[in-house]
Amino acid sequence: MDLLNAFITLANFVIVPAIAYGSQLALGALGVTLIYGILRFSNFAHGDTMAFGTMITILITWLFQSWGLSLGVFPTALLALPFGIAGCALFVLMTDRAVYRFYRVQKAKPVILVIVSMGVMFIMNGVVRFIIGPDDHAFGDGERFIISARTFREMTGLQEGLAIRTSTGITVITAIIVVAILFWFLNKTRTGKSMRAYSDNEDLALLSGINPERVVMVTWIIVAALATVAGTLYGLDKSFKAFTYFQLLLPIFASAIVGGLGSPVGAIAGGFIIAFSEVLVTYAWKKVLVYALPDGIGPDGLAQLLSTDYKFAVSFLILLIVLLFRPTGLFKGKSV
Amino acid sequence: MSSSNPYQDDRGNKDRSIANPAGQGSPMPRSKSGKVSSAPGGPFLIGENMTGGYGKGPDILHDCTISVERGEIAVIVGPNGAGKSTAMKAVFGMLEVRSGRVLLDGEDITQLTPQDRVVKGMGFVPQTSNIFTSLTVEENLEMGAFIRTDDFRDTMAQVYDLFPILKEKRRQPAGELSGGQRQQVAVGRALMTKPKVLMLDEPTAGVSPIVMDELFDRIIEVARTGIPILMVEQNARQALEIADKGFVLVQGRNAFTDTGKALMADPEVRRSFLGG
Repeated sequence: MDLLNAFITLANFVIVPAIAYGSQLALGALGVTLIYGILRFSNFAHGDTMAFGTMITILITWLFQSWGLSLGVFPTALLALPFGIAGCALFVLMTDRAVYRFYRVQKAKPVILVIVSMGVMFIMNGVVRFIIGPDDHAFGDGERFIISARTFREMTGLQEGLAIRTSTGITVITAIIVVAILFWFLNKTRTGKSMRAYSDNEDLALLSGINPERVVMVTWIIVAALATVAGTLYGLDKSFKAFTYFQLLLPIFASAIVGGLGSPVGAIAGGFIIAFSEVLVTYAWKKVLVYALPDGIGPDGLAQLLSTDYKFAVSFLILLIVLLFRPTGLFKGKSV
Repeated sequence: MSSSNPYQDDRGNKDRSIANPAGQGSPMPRSKSGKVSSAPGGPFLIGENMTGGYGKGPDILHDCTISVERGEIAVIVGPNGAGKSTAMKAVFGMLEVRSGRVLLDGEDITQLTPQDRVVKGMGFVPQTSNIFTSLTVEENLEMGAFIRTDDFRDTMAQVYDLFPILKEKRRQPAGELSGGQRQQVAVGRALMTKPKVLMLDEPTAGVSPIVMDELFDRIIEVARTGIPILMVEQNARQALEIADKGFVLVQGRNAFTDTGKALMADPEVRRSFLGG
């Protein structure tokens, strides 16, 4: 029995990856929840918005790399990220002008906008594959590890190593900064308050002199920024593939709904709940159990509850349970 | 409302995990303001010979005239469905006025959007959904002052003086307040723009008689500061008592128009609308 090694193994294979994945989902879910709260529909194109922003970031990263520009130990993608955000914001604003605004002027029912966003999803999906192709792209460079498993073992003398990758560290720190700025913006600034007012009561916001088109524009820009940051961090952590980003829509929606649609705090909590449950259920527990249990009674098999192929099923199971017992989500959202 | 518009049809969708109907806006007759022309003379605010209805629907108002002079309280009373609120919305530009015009302070503002009328100095308190429930009381007032670029702290202090309970509860979400307090927030929010005229749509709807008396007192206090008030009221007797001018509407038409006192004394008005 060796609890310390058991914990290190758990941290290395479950806790650290789940925190990184959770941060990425939380940033994605924040975008979904903002659109739901302010523009009043579930944006099915969100996964592909992430893919588009990430694609721009990757293209700029390649350009910088060809110029020999780099950030040393940090990935060059961080330098390209602001350009990715700008490109994505521009694309999303153009989409709004060309597509969504027509329905907004008509005061179309939200469910119609949901279907419209599905159309936008297919087009964005096609645009991304057309430009960068359907293949996998790894675009991380710089130092790979903050602490590698070997260094950790040498430092501590333990049997098991705990590796913390640069992308993980960057993900968590970036997510904290982005979330802090977002909450400050929504709660303290005039524009942020006007966005909350518009979300609360559109007509009264209009009567107070709040310009709805401006609120919508600011919302799209923030959503584009969140999507690009989330997508780039996910891509740095794993790799970029248009189809994977489209699939990310599922856990992201699950996160937003579990937390409570329309509630930013809920989106963050939901992201981590979904991430941890996915990783916990699909992790092969054998090694941890062998360390944690008394000698001789460790499992023979892998002790894996579900194959990783089923990880999306986990998000939906949790979604189902939460909706059954707490339909507004864990933090009081707007959906009933 | 306008069922002819297919975009307004949600096809029976009740799934709120994809669609969020809460707080969605209603269609407005125009999204861009037209010209403002000068029209000197006449009362401070007047909706003159207004005929109109919602969207492409039938006319609800027929040649209806509503006005208020400087320093006065004018009330619109009448039976249910007489078009009282509709008349007020027409004055505020929230429904299509097909003929007739709206004048404010010597200007023809018929072609303006509601938000541009706010900029011109009109304050409007709708009957329902008249506060931001998820925002705190103070944030509600701040949003009321959204169009102002100057320092509005003294206006906020004045509102707090007028409604001391709001100062106590300024950090609470407005949705947690009682009905009477919510109405105070709603009136306070409208006062934050320093309006030249205040329009109240049934400010005492759904509050207890004691709270109603208090609200009327406050409204008189606001009027004493020099802001003309145009008000729709369900409680005709009490409203006419404090009114300088009363408009009795029946089926979208002006039935009686006189001073509040004269209307109270008119035997026909008493018999038909004030319960004897």
